[in-house]
Amino acid sequence: MRHHLILRVVTKLLVGTIILFAFYVQFHGDFSPGGGFQAGVIMAVAFILYGVVFSLRKAQKVFPPWLVHKLVALGVLIYAGTGIVSLFLGYEYLDYGAFSPHHPEHGQHYGILIVELGVGITVTGVMVAVYYAFAARPPRISDEEW
Amino acid sequence: MLVATAIAIVRMQRLFAIAMLSGVFSLLSALLFVVLDAVDVAFTEAAVGAGISTVLVLGTLALTSRVAKHSTHSPAIPLLVVLVTGATLMYGTLDMPNFGSPDAPAQTHVSPDYLERSPHEIGVPNVVTAILASYRGYDTLGETAVVFTAGIGVLLLISGLHRRREDEDEEEESGES
Amino acid sequence: MNGEFTWDFIVGHMNYWLFIVLMMTGLYIVVAKGNLVKKIVGLNIFQTSVFMLYISMGKVTGGTAPIFPADMIIDPDVVYSNPLPHVLILTAIVVGIATTSLGLALIVRIREEFGTIEEHEILEIEKAIAAAENKLHGEAMGGRA
Repeated sequence: MRHHLILRVVTKLLVGTIILFAFYVQFHGDFSPGGGFQAGVIMAVAFILYGVVFSLRKAQKVFPPWLVHKLVALGVLIYAGTGIVSLFLGYEYLDYGAFSPHHPEHGQHYGILIVELGVGITVTGVMVAVYYAFAARPPRISDEEW
Repeated sequence: MLVATAIAIVRMQRLFAIAMLSGVFSLLSALLFVVLDAVDVAFTEAAVGAGISTVLVLGTLALTSRVAKHSTHSPAIPLLVVLVTGATLMYGTLDMPNFGSPDAPAQTHVSPDYLERSPHEIGVPNVVTAILASYRGYDTLGETAVVFTAGIGVLLLISGLHRRREDEDEEEESGES
Repeated sequence: MNGEFTWDFIVGHMNYWLFIVLMMTGLYIVVAKGNLVKKIVGLNIFQTSVFMLYISMGKVTGGTAPIFPADMIIDPDVVYSNPLPHVLILTAIVVGIATTSLGLALIVRIREEFGTIEEHEILEIEKAIAAAENKLHGEAMGGRA
């Protein structure tokens, strides 16, 4: 896609906006529609767009595969770890009241934020990793044949 | 419109057009979800269906082939199966409550409880998020794990990892012989 | 069921029937078409129509999206749609795309092994391989006996 000037300029403008929007969706998810799953998908779309329009190599320079693979596991760990922390604080598994014993509501708030963050990280990681896996294989059809 | 898109997908032979049409299908269904008050779901469907799944299908096409061949079987038997299944399902819907009825069974058990309790127990305006992360935290944990597992499965299947093992196998074979 | 097919009943159930038509379209693609990528797209249509079925069950007439005002002052007269199906389907969509990508990865591997993604061609190749293996096996056993 080296020759598509308009596509490349528009992509450069869009990628930042998409990532910003993903963060908004992630952390504003308890007030408006959104949450970890959506934010993860949107975040992954930003990197996939970058990879499609520029090249896979450039995308992997920005977001290296080893980091992606670590993130996939990190998200699930954050989620399960939240449960274990509340377990150690003397509450039930995944009972977010543990994080703020005097204000269970606030505890719920923190808990939801952390858990959604875990979900978002895993979803981003998986989607980007899947895209890398597909795009890294040598294609059988050349660009002209489409 | 959704039905028209779906039927177009049935008729198409060119897989590229099919990939694009399935993106259109996802967008249309996202619109439908907005009409049905499920903004969160519509959001996800638009991002996933029109964004990622189209890219993935196109990626697969680039790795495989572009045109679907005509099926050699006659369409009569599948059509029969589909019609019978459809008729059975239709018969099943006869007992369902009317669309949008407020006293349907789905409306009267757990959900009003969630709607009533979440303002003072969770204190989060978006009830969907509250249920997702708090009341049904176990479900979501399990689903995150499913996504994680599927991702690992894809990596094992088609990333570079399998090549190393094939090389090892070849080495072993050559060692044995 | 006699005499129940009033106008009200038909309009109230139209949504279910439409989704069933969609579902069956997806099923038809899965069963009748031989191309594996097409089968996956068919599965996706099937899946989406199930999502629509769930979401339409959660709709309450005159209801609005289940999000309270940010200041948490809740008007008791406002009807909210059922949030539970939304939660279930939300996660199901993301899980669905993850499993779809697993299926596509399998297709890519199948193409590498067999050189085709058409079902009947794969079956023929499989048969040929099985026959060759049987023959080889039989000869080996025969030689030993």
